[in-house]
Amino acid sequence: MLKSLGRETLGILFGLGDFALFIAQSLRSALKARRLGRRVVRAVYEQGARCLPVILIVGAFTGLVLGLQGYYVLNRFGSQSLLGALISLSLIREMAPVLAALMLVGQAGSALAAELGIQRNSEQIVALETMGVSSHGYLVAPRLIAALLVFPLQTALFVAIGLWGGSLSGSLLLGVESGVYWSSVERAVESADVRECFMKAAVFGLLTISICAYQGFHADRCKSATGAAAVSAATTRAVVQSSIAVLVADYVITSFLV
Amino acid sequence: MSADPRDLLLQVEGLHKRFGDHVVLAGVGLAVRRASVCTVLGPSGAGKSVFLKCLAEVLRPDAGEIRFDGRLLSAAGPAARAEFRRRCSFLFQGNALFDSLTALENVALPLEQTTDLTDAKIRERSLEALRQLEIDDCRGRYPSQLSGGMQKRLALARALVTRPELVFFDEPTAGLDPLRRNAVFAMIAKYQRQFGFTALVVTHDVVEALLASDRVALLDRGRICFEGTPTEFSASTHPVVCGFRDSAGALGSSLAAIRRGESIQSNEHETT
Repeated sequence: MLKSLGRETLGILFGLGDFALFIAQSLRSALKARRLGRRVVRAVYEQGARCLPVILIVGAFTGLVLGLQGYYVLNRFGSQSLLGALISLSLIREMAPVLAALMLVGQAGSALAAELGIQRNSEQIVALETMGVSSHGYLVAPRLIAALLVFPLQTALFVAIGLWGGSLSGSLLLGVESGVYWSSVERAVESADVRECFMKAAVFGLLTISICAYQGFHADRCKSATGAAAVSAATTRAVVQSSIAVLVADYVITSFLV
Repeated sequence: MSADPRDLLLQVEGLHKRFGDHVVLAGVGLAVRRASVCTVLGPSGAGKSVFLKCLAEVLRPDAGEIRFDGRLLSAAGPAARAEFRRRCSFLFQGNALFDSLTALENVALPLEQTTDLTDAKIRERSLEALRQLEIDDCRGRYPSQLSGGMQKRLALARALVTRPELVFFDEPTAGLDPLRRNAVFAMIAKYQRQFGFTALVVTHDVVEALLASDRVALLDRGRICFEGTPTEFSASTHPVVCGFRDSAGALGSSLAAIRRGESIQSNEHETT
């Protein structure tokens, strides 16, 4: 039993080391990559524009639900005027970075893992290496750079649409004064909250896109499956691990910042 | 046959490769002359693709020496290896074209990523490559919108656009019908003469390989058991060569035996 525990531990440590090397190699190869800007723009489009509808929908409904729940809780204490503060701090400090990251994992991350897995299967990644092109620099680095740009922007958008949703349910449906709502938002939010929000978004972006890229890139390492099944397994692993990583990283960052 | 070492672009000696306990290459040696078509024949699973991938540095051999233009690759530094990659191209069995890129973008990719040419020059050279391979009408189409033969030509255009000195062809006719097989080998021979590159082809198509190649080698049980001209291959009495070369005749005998109700004696041996 000790032996198998040791083997498992070594396996996890090896995996973490390999993952760290993967990120380092990808970022280092970005320094040498040619025409990186175009690839970054394409990645921004893939992660940003394509994920915009889902961010808007989830952001709006999160705000609407927070407005309803928050109002009924605050109403018990006669503190409806703090609805804006409740929604804005919940969104900015916690919900927007986490939910936006989870949405982006579900859409852009899974697509990335599947795409790289198929490219691995059809020898496109090997083909790049035989051409003398760094596959890390060409395929992974632009996605990581794009994630650092897109995740904070999408999170900001999530916050904005969430606040609007909260105002919709709080002011229009439940009768909280619009001016009271927005002034409560303004008084509650400090620059440190916004910094925390953006920092979380950037960390989640780098972490999740790295995990998805790593899993897709190494889809051929799957021991239990080959071909399409290996791509499917890699995509599933990418989504599950990224989602867990977001929540773990959220806890770690929050515990340091609070 | 001895050759002047200066005429040899690629020299391989004692190449070994194993996966776990499975020995795929057990000391392969081969010499490839400049501006020639050299074909490595062998049955499926003989390790031909592994051999080619070891040469192209896709796989790392366990032992052995590979010399490119007289320089030992295992002792070469990163710059020399990059130079080797710049001077070589690889045509994959499945073409390995990028589905999300158009034909023109696929061909332009190696130039965009490995050279400092201007966009205009890259476009010009890519279009020239497409024109030479007679697929310039398809420049805006995606690989999935092209026929199998056109995809093969597109992959060859991408392989040739960097003007390599050595092109590795990994089973270029796998899965193609006889007409397409002929067309692919004719294409290799035609463009090899046109561009003057050295071609190293691995295949199990004997007839086409003999017609299109300058030199032929037979890989069997992880070793090269024959190397010579197509004429020498046709005349060889080496038992493995005879078995491989006369496989079509063996099929006829087997079928005749089946029709006569006799049991078939297989002379096939497991290679790898």
